[in-house]
Amino acid sequence: MSDRADVVLETRGLVKHFRSKVGAVRAVDGVDLHLRRGETLGVVGESGCGKSTLAKLLVGLEKPTAGEIGVRGQNMAALTGGALRRARRHIQMVLQDPYTSLNPRMTVGDIVGEPFAIHPDVVPRRGRLRAVQDLLDTVGLSPDHANRYPHQFSGGQRQRIGIARALALKPEIIVCDEPVSALDVSIQAQVINLLEQLQDEFGLSYVFIAHDLSVVRHISDRVAVMYLGKIVEIGDDREIYEQPTHPYTQALLSAVPVPDPRLRGRRDQIVLSGDVPSPADPPSGCRFRTRCWKAREVCAEQEPALQIRDRSPHPSACHFAEVRDVLHSG
Amino acid sequence: MTEIRAETDVLPGVDRAAPLLEVTDLHVEFRTRYGVAHAVNGVNFRVSPGETLAILGESGCGKSVTAQAVMGILDSPPGHVTGGEVRYRGLDLLPLPEEQRRRVRANRIAMIFQDALSALNPVYTVGFQLGELFRVHRGMSRRDARKRAVELLDQVQIPLAKARIGDYPHQFSGGMRQRVMIAMALALDPEVLIADEPTTALDVTVQAQIMGLLAEQQRQRNMGLILITHDMGVVADVADRIAVMYAGKVVEEAPVHDIYARPAHPYTRALLESIPRLDHKGGQLNVIRGLPPALDAIPAGCPFHPRCDYAQDACRHDPPPPYAVAPGRTARCHFWREVVGDE
Ligand SMILES: Nc1ncnc2c1ncn2[C@@H]1O[C@H](COP(=O)(O)OP(=O)(O)OP(=O)(O)O)[C@@H](O)[C@H]1O
Ligand SMILES: Nc1ncnc2c1ncn2[C@@H]1O[C@H](COP(=O)(O)OP(=O)(O)OP(=O)(O)O)[C@@H](O)[C@H]1O
Ligand code: SF4
Ligand SMILES: [Mg+2]
Ligand SMILES: [Mg+2]
Repeated sequence: MSDRADVVLETRGLVKHFRSKVGAVRAVDGVDLHLRRGETLGVVGESGCGKSTLAKLLVGLEKPTAGEIGVRGQNMAALTGGALRRARRHIQMVLQDPYTSLNPRMTVGDIVGEPFAIHPDVVPRRGRLRAVQDLLDTVGLSPDHANRYPHQFSGGQRQRIGIARALALKPEIIVCDEPVSALDVSIQAQVINLLEQLQDEFGLSYVFIAHDLSVVRHISDRVAVMYLGKIVEIGDDREIYEQPTHPYTQALLSAVPVPDPRLRGRRDQIVLSGDVPSPADPPSGCRFRTRCWKAREVCAEQEPALQIRDRSPHPSACHFAEVRDVLHSG
Repeated sequence: MTEIRAETDVLPGVDRAAPLLEVTDLHVEFRTRYGVAHAVNGVNFRVSPGETLAILGESGCGKSVTAQAVMGILDSPPGHVTGGEVRYRGLDLLPLPEEQRRRVRANRIAMIFQDALSALNPVYTVGFQLGELFRVHRGMSRRDARKRAVELLDQVQIPLAKARIGDYPHQFSGGMRQRVMIAMALALDPEVLIADEPTTALDVTVQAQIMGLLAEQQRQRNMGLILITHDMGVVADVADRIAVMYAGKVVEEAPVHDIYARPAHPYTRALLESIPRLDHKGGQLNVIRGLPPALDAIPAGCPFHPRCDYAQDACRHDPPPPYAVAPGRTARCHFWREVVGDE
């Protein structure tokens, strides 16, 4: 963590447990991360590992069970009422499903302008129509579309509407939760390019959540890999994709099919057995040990901390962390 | 088993020397009160034993409807097959009476779906549903059927198959349910398996397990496999040949290596350039401008022309036929030579 002044968002010991019939679901269970200005932090992991819960915690839509979220020197987790609302302005969210995340009965203009109603001091009432039209233009939609309804737009266009709304309050940070997962590849590329262009234009910082490791590699400066509510490995693009040290990261990378038939049968194949255990009853010690081919006794007894290790130059939560270049990056 | 097999072979018109499955000029439309949607507009392909054909394309291009028409399970009305042939070993299935169709479906051509939960019956145990297939179609006793069911669950690598046979579908995880559905599809030893996005709803580590299982079963049984997907990574990993669909047509069909090395259709080419890569960081993604057409207003000429960088006047008027690019390779583009030639 070089220059603290650069850090726009930081979490310490972030925990979210949900109550359920089978006991506490440990959706997020001790996450430390930081985001620097103008940077994109990717978060990857399989279904149920806690990505969306983390996103909701970061934007203040869920209250943490424990831990801190630092935005602009304030601990957002401790704020309430007006102070929380004001802090939230700086950190907005874009959601996965452009079909359900927009209110079908509101016009696009009302949807994009809704944040102005919640934060009336941002743009004076008279300037709002103009502001909405500018936002639509920024995301590549026609300003004339302000009077239409969401169903009149395609999936990619709806995602643009969601992005325009997230930009309304001129946030510093946007948390994107699977923003392109529901889109076809050709449309996906349009939205990814738009997000990149907006980042350059407005100096935005992104937390970019996705289960698609290729998309995350493309857009991220650094990547955090999550498993059962915890970050198991974190590093920059090269460290995660070319020198992964955690067995889970290695397995994940080796399972992603690469669109190049020449690599067939020539790649490392690490096939994990079994399914992800329930977050209501995670394994003792290392949570990955039930599916890990390296697991030994110590893995059940001691929880490995996320830290730099003898054989891992970047933080990795494995007792036996060791570089293995599964993609043969050379 | 052989004598029961003979049951379908005596269907008049089945010729063991004819291609395993051949679809020719298939047309399907949906007639709704909003108009006619031309979902499938002249699809051709062929699958041989042991071969994997991938049908690749974006949402709404007609992949599932094609599969449903081949299986004879089209939602009809509003769906209607308005032309073409679906030949299994030379026998055109489309005009067959429903009863015979059902027999072919049970014994010869099986299908698995993206969503296993909705394809399995929630009120019966997995063992009962599997056993039922053997009792009804193979006339097995309850005990034998149960034994076969356990064997099959073993084959698809359900741990502790014997103990789990009394469980209901919802008691299995997503990946396990997909295995159960594969077991159901394989139960009667089909010659062709159509898999419609079998792993789209699954995590990548589970996807890898399921694709491995499918490939292994295909090899052992020498089945023809039609894999429907929008994932160009999965295709590169498993397919022998690819049919790329756009607006209800196969716009390019080719062996897998040719398509990735030198696409002959601008749409295929653009798709390949628009995906981010796992194995290197790469620069800005290529974008295909605009959107796929509405199926009640498919552009004249080449349906891709409004989005195409190669388009010229001819493309706006003349629908391109499937040009022969090489033996076993076609592309519906007037300018395929330029596309193949471009680096
Ligand atoms: N409101 C809630 N009440 C109870 N459990 C919840 C709640 N929200 C999430 N969970 C549980 O917390 C865990 C993490 O869920 P989360 O949605 O954060 O996962 P995710 O990584 O976003 O998964 P996906 O990739 O499927 O979107 C899951 O086991 C989920 O069932
Ligand atoms: N039951 C139906 N009634 C009306 N139209 C239908 C019906 N089923 C399919 N269609 C239309 O046919 C077209 C092709 O659908 P199809 O399901 O084959 O697409 P697909 O290629 O499988 O897409 P996806 O990747 O989203 O599964 C779609 O535009 C769809 O709206
Ligand atoms: S700590 Fe042990 S169980 Fe966990 S990932 Fe490493 S080797 Fe596997
Ligand atoms: Mg989620
Ligand atoms: Mg489909």
